[in-house]
Amino acid sequence: MSEHIVSPKLYLLIFLALMVLTGTTVYAATVDLNHYYRGLNVIVALVIAACKALLVVLFFMHAYYSSKRTQLIIVAGVFWLAIMLSLTLGDYASRSWDVH
Amino acid sequence: MSATMSTTPPQSPGYQLPKEHYLNATYGIRSWLLTTDHKRIALLYLASVTFFFFVGGIFATMIRIHLLTPQGYLVTPETYNKLFTMHGVAMIFFFLIPSIPAVLGNFLIPLMIGAKDVAFPKLNLLSWYIYITGGCFVLYSFATGGLDTGWTFYTPLSSVYSNSAVTPAILGIFINGFSSILTGLNFVVTIHTMRAPGMTWFRLPLFVWAQYSTSIIFILGTPVIAITLLLAGLERMFHLGFFNPALGGDPILFQHLFWFYSHPAVYIMILPAMGVVSEIIPTFARKPIFGYTFIAASSIAIAVIGFFVWAHHMFLTGESTYAALAFSLLSYLVAIPSAVKVFNWTSTLYKGSISYDTPMLYALGFIGLFLIGGLTGLFLACLGLDIHIHDTYFVVAHFHYIMVGGAVMGYVGGLHFWWPKITGKIYPEFLARLAAVILFIGFNLTFFPQFILGYLGMPRRYHDYPPEFQVLNVMSTAGASILALGYLLPMLYLTWSMRYGKVAGPNPWPATGLEWRTPSPPPTENFEVTPVVNWEPYDYKNRPDLGLATPTAPTLAPAHGDD
Amino acid sequence: MHRTGELSGQFQTLEQQKDSATLGMWIFLATEILFFGGLFLTYTINRHTYASMFAEASRTLDLKLGGFNTVVLIGSSLTMAMAVWSAQVGKKKLVTLFLILTLLLGCVFLGVKAIEYKQKFDENHVPGLNFQFEKNADQATNAHAQLFFSLYFGMTGLHALHMVIGAGLLVWLIKQSMAGRFTPQYNTPVENVGLYWHFVDIVWIYLFPLLYLIDRH
Ligand SMILES: [Cu+2]
Repeated sequence: MSEHIVSPKLYLLIFLALMVLTGTTVYAATVDLNHYYRGLNVIVALVIAACKALLVVLFFMHAYYSSKRTQLIIVAGVFWLAIMLSLTLGDYASRSWDVH
Repeated sequence: MSATMSTTPPQSPGYQLPKEHYLNATYGIRSWLLTTDHKRIALLYLASVTFFFFVGGIFATMIRIHLLTPQGYLVTPETYNKLFTMHGVAMIFFFLIPSIPAVLGNFLIPLMIGAKDVAFPKLNLLSWYIYITGGCFVLYSFATGGLDTGWTFYTPLSSVYSNSAVTPAILGIFINGFSSILTGLNFVVTIHTMRAPGMTWFRLPLFVWAQYSTSIIFILGTPVIAITLLLAGLERMFHLGFFNPALGGDPILFQHLFWFYSHPAVYIMILPAMGVVSEIIPTFARKPIFGYTFIAASSIAIAVIGFFVWAHHMFLTGESTYAALAFSLLSYLVAIPSAVKVFNWTSTLYKGSISYDTPMLYALGFIGLFLIGGLTGLFLACLGLDIHIHDTYFVVAHFHYIMVGGAVMGYVGGLHFWWPKITGKIYPEFLARLAAVILFIGFNLTFFPQFILGYLGMPRRYHDYPPEFQVLNVMSTAGASILALGYLLPMLYLTWSMRYGKVAGPNPWPATGLEWRTPSPPPTENFEVTPVVNWEPYDYKNRPDLGLATPTAPTLAPAHGDD
Repeated sequence: MHRTGELSGQFQTLEQQKDSATLGMWIFLATEILFFGGLFLTYTINRHTYASMFAEASRTLDLKLGGFNTVVLIGSSLTMAMAVWSAQVGKKKLVTLFLILTLLLGCVFLGVKAIEYKQKFDENHVPGLNFQFEKNADQATNAHAQLFFSLYFGMTGLHALHMVIGAGLLVWLIKQSMAGRFTPQYNTPVENVGLYWHFVDIVWIYLFPLLYLIDRH
């Protein structure tokens, strides 16, 4: 478990990136993106949030430098969340397909 | 079974208990309540899950007495609702789920992998206290108005309409969830970081693989039931609307969240039992286990696939037809790793020199009962058939075959298998075999008639039934009284043996695992020196040190105790 | 997590001890993902069903305070990361300084959150306490808006509870750090509390757009 020391410079850079992304997401919410594609606003918001989360996990939490085992645990957590969300939403989405 | 059944294992005469072991290392109530020794914590759990087994058992007895007559014999309809709910809650959350992991898992995992303790001993003790706290809340609910929502807590019944003591029960189960989570976390870390030198992943006993898989479910499933019940509890306390259609909420969503955990929870109960059986079968067949890798991998597969099937509980409660189709198909998939295990156990038995000691009787019983329980599960996973048998006694019979016929048989079998290790003493073998047979007969007489009842259309959770169902119900109640005897017997002779039983010696069966290479009962630090593992698991062929007759030629007489 | 850098009895080596603690923390965080996940699923279904009502209710939240808090929390993640770095390179004074900064930022976040809760309380937007979305709002509007605010309070409340626990852990760390206990060889507690703190930050990174930024056009 050799430790990787991330330089303060990189930390600062990540912080700035997070700030820029925060600004972007606030700005994006004030623009009517739904006009172009239904639900685009929330998609953009979630993509930006995912990018921010990824930056935090990879660099602030050192997952980028961690063992395969640690990375596997992160993937497992996210994957299980994805199972729960996707299968449940699949039920809701497919209800309107019903032919009676 | 012949007269040879009362023979005690050959090594027991002449053995002495070790001078100092984990049971007598320290004395006094404080030394138990503040212990961080995984073995003592296991015994704390043993006492507490046994208590809850009795609580649940009393409710079960009352249910069966009530159903002796078509109009209901004992209680009012309202009380009947409470009886089956409290039976389910006590048995599922406070007996079955912690039983094998928290008792046998706690005791055995460090011993099996050659560690001094689990990775976080204090956390382990904390888990027990959390369990007890949760248990107190639930008992408080039982004592002050009871609980009548069904163990599933479906909303809005639980969150709005029920007049029983739902809030403390929900809080109790919420709290208890953290006990499960911490136990699972502790086990996974322990298995990763605490293995003795030479104990590679593929030398791990299959019981440890099963516990690892179970822990995955603890870690990734339990938090969902915790937050779900918390939301339902908040809804009840503050009149919120998450799951209440009158306020725009969605009761189907509650069911999704509930079953996301509660279907995998079935595997929390059955996987460890499968692990126990995987230990017992090769020991009493005197053969290496057949298909080690497949059994290990199928445990993981069951834990993972088990998370893809939950909505088969909701075929008739409003999910979309297409989702139902998908969940039905996915549910069938679980049969594959389950069957892999059964085939491998059977292959292990093939040409083995089998002896029918008590643990083996439980293991064989487990295979048969699990087979029936598992196959009827396929009936229920089938969309068309489920419309007919949904919410009938067919379902009740099915899950009792899995949970009682499977999980409890595995638990009791495991207790018998490791009792000499836990206490250093041997129980009376004849009585124990008798109890195993009584349990098997009592169990089948109780629950097989319920398959027929359900198929004929008797709904579950009703306090009365049409007169033509009485014969089968009386059979079931009669079976339940035999079953009760089957549980009381081991309670008595196991307790008796702690004081009066013969001294077991380190490896009475004998078996190959690391836990059998240390005195019984083990010292507090488990091993006098850290063991180094340089043998393969279940290698009965290359272990002359076990003192078994060479088992290679099938024509030879069995090692001992065979009929 | 252990009070000192000494070896606990169940372990053979310090490395094994550190490895176990880190693994345990990551597994705990995986649990947390699913714990919050149930709330996120409830949110998703309800937002889908009552899309316009959720947008309308979201606009009553104070975007300035929410945005300010986002910056504060991400800033606290930066100081937390710097505390870990200081421990790794052995700058003992800096460890304490950055831990205190993190704690301060955390307290600012909670303070702002309290102001926001107070506003909601004054507006009768707290579910269960005479909830009323607008004057003369009909029953359905009230019920659906209450769903949004139930989720708002549920999610931010659970998040704030995690912050409070994190603040407690920081106090515990600061005490040890002032005693000069963290060194390049022994800093697992700082690292693990850091992981927890960053995780709580990530939860907020999702909460902010999902609660405050629904169709602000
Ligand atoms: Cu199921």
